[in-house]
Amino acid sequence: MEAVVTNFGMQAAAAEIFLLTAICVILLVDVFLDDSKRWVTYGLTMLTLAGCAFVTVNYAVDARVTAFDGMFIADPMGDVLKLFTYGTVAVSLLYSREYLQRNGLFRGEYFILALVAMLGVMVMVSAGSLLTVYLGVELLSLSLYAMVAFDRDSGVAAESAMKYFVLGAISSGALLYGFSMLYGVAGTLQLDELAVGVREVGASNIGLIFGLAFVIVGIAFKFGAVPFHMWVPDVYHGAPTPVTLFIGSAPKIASFILAIRVLAEGLDAMVASWQNMLIAISIASMIIGNVVAIAQTNLKRMLAYSTISHVGFILLGILAGTNDGYRAAMFYTLTYVIMAVGSFGMILLLSREGFEGDQLEDFKGLARKSPWFAAIMMMLMFSTAGVPPFVGFWAKIAVLGAVVNVGLSWLAAVAVLLSVVGAFYYLRVIKLMYFDEPSDTYNIEAGGTIRAVLSANGVAVLALGIFPSVLLDLCARVLP
Amino acid sequence: MSITEILFYAFSGVLLVSAIGVITARNPVHAALFLVFSFFNSAVLWILLEAEFLAIVLVLVYVGAVMVLFLFVVMMLDIKVAEVREGFTRYAPLGILIALIVVAEIGSVVYVKTLGQEVTPVTQVAAEAGYSNTGALGELLYTKYLYPFELAAVILLLAIVAAIVLTMRRRAGLKQQDVGAQVSVRAKDRIRVVKMPPVIEAGEKQS
Repeated sequence: MEAVVTNFGMQAAAAEIFLLTAICVILLVDVFLDDSKRWVTYGLTMLTLAGCAFVTVNYAVDARVTAFDGMFIADPMGDVLKLFTYGTVAVSLLYSREYLQRNGLFRGEYFILALVAMLGVMVMVSAGSLLTVYLGVELLSLSLYAMVAFDRDSGVAAESAMKYFVLGAISSGALLYGFSMLYGVAGTLQLDELAVGVREVGASNIGLIFGLAFVIVGIAFKFGAVPFHMWVPDVYHGAPTPVTLFIGSAPKIASFILAIRVLAEGLDAMVASWQNMLIAISIASMIIGNVVAIAQTNLKRMLAYSTISHVGFILLGILAGTNDGYRAAMFYTLTYVIMAVGSFGMILLLSREGFEGDQLEDFKGLARKSPWFAAIMMMLMFSTAGVPPFVGFWAKIAVLGAVVNVGLSWLAAVAVLLSVVGAFYYLRVIKLMYFDEPSDTYNIEAGGTIRAVLSANGVAVLALGIFPSVLLDLCARVLP
Repeated sequence: MSITEILFYAFSGVLLVSAIGVITARNPVHAALFLVFSFFNSAVLWILLEAEFLAIVLVLVYVGAVMVLFLFVVMMLDIKVAEVREGFTRYAPLGILIALIVVAEIGSVVYVKTLGQEVTPVTQVAAEAGYSNTGALGELLYTKYLYPFELAAVILLLAIVAAIVLTMRRRAGLKQQDVGAQVSVRAKDRIRVVKMPPVIEAGEKQS
């Protein structure tokens, strides 16, 4: 037999290869550490993230490059999303360290699971085939299930992990079933060939639409969009706060790229079909998310419903079906991730020994205790609500503009009305902080790192709001 | 009858008998062993079809791993055969219905097949000497599907890490053996000989 020597264009996947190698090294190093030296694992994890960023920048591409027989895609959009992913994972681990140490969760496996989850996100970002899309989804979800159940002494966490696992398995099944239908009709798993295949068979082929419906179910579930949102509040509430922070940030980038790669690249000829499905999902998400969030007293649960409503907005950009819309959705996703990381970071800032700080009550009178962090929280809440001059406002404008451009003005009007409803519960947090008396006398005990990073996070929301073109231009450059 | 045909009929006959054994055996352990036996026989059928890789995988994975685990579970659990059989009459109508549907499905396939013109028999083309389908599969796995193959391996690694994270922990109040302490124990740690002066009641001295 003749041996074929090739390197499959492996350098395109340099960051993934580096990360996987680093994961294996950390896994081995961690075994030889005792509990007092666990910071070595933490440090190595941070070094790995920095290394990934270095490798990604070093091997950045100007145009689309495929590797591994088309299974892997490297493109400028992927590079930017990967760099953002490293950033959010690094920030969320910085926020989490104290909480993890305090609750006996500061173990090596936590960081391993976080890094594997990140690898899953990267695989999805660079997926060129439905097969790799699915493997990325599984890599991410399996790590997340384990992370939710990480605190083994917490019954609530175990319960929410169980719910997440069962529902997640069903949704993966739906996604896979949809993929198999697409394969059956188009005869290929490769996304670029799928796009050609769909045009050949015709977008109105019943088998394709059948498959598409299941794919949409899978994507909506991973996003946490209504009516597949049932897991979101329970998981956000039940999981330890650092895990909630993690789930609320990097996986959102993964869901966005999942929708872009499968719908916008593989099934772009079927835009008429998936546009209608996404319109329904998007409106339902905005209604349920914004209205039910009003009734919540737990901040983690409230932010879970807020996530659902933001997912509705991200879907608005995607369903526009134009490059303009995808850009807006990408901009929205990135700004949402920055804001979500900050909001959950605030909960971690307030938490202390035996106190979670995740009730709305706990924010009462924060302005008296710490005017600076009350201001940071205010900026985050205003931005999430979409108040100018914060960055959340520009994200909403971009998405609404894209929807109006494709002639769906009524949808934009509905979205604006519902975000006004949503403004209520964000403003309530601000009211509690500034106009209510503190319910206890404790001060913020968090350390210097979390204070510094959280301050930077809050200032970033304001700075990006004043200079939105930095991020907007970036999105425009990678999605021309 | 060629030797291949004789082998085919012999092994598929045994396969059918052992498959019937799986569902008729009263003892669950016997049923599991019958299943192992039928796996072996179907592996031989794969080899007759020149699919040696599938045959080896069937024996290694199903017999070697899955069924052994299954046997463990069956032996660990205290399954009362009588209890399992209690609901038989209750579920029999449903079972019969499903069986009828399956029979109808098989019948329809056969019917459709006979509708067509001449059924062209599939003539088996023997692979050329030296052809290895293990090699062919391996070549695909390590070239075209290298990336997904490696990712699948990462998922397995993740499964190991996650399973250990979720199960290995010290519970409060858990009683464990410490073998080192057991071996190094000395008699004087176990029994303490206490010297006690005899207590003699005043009244007992006499008589």
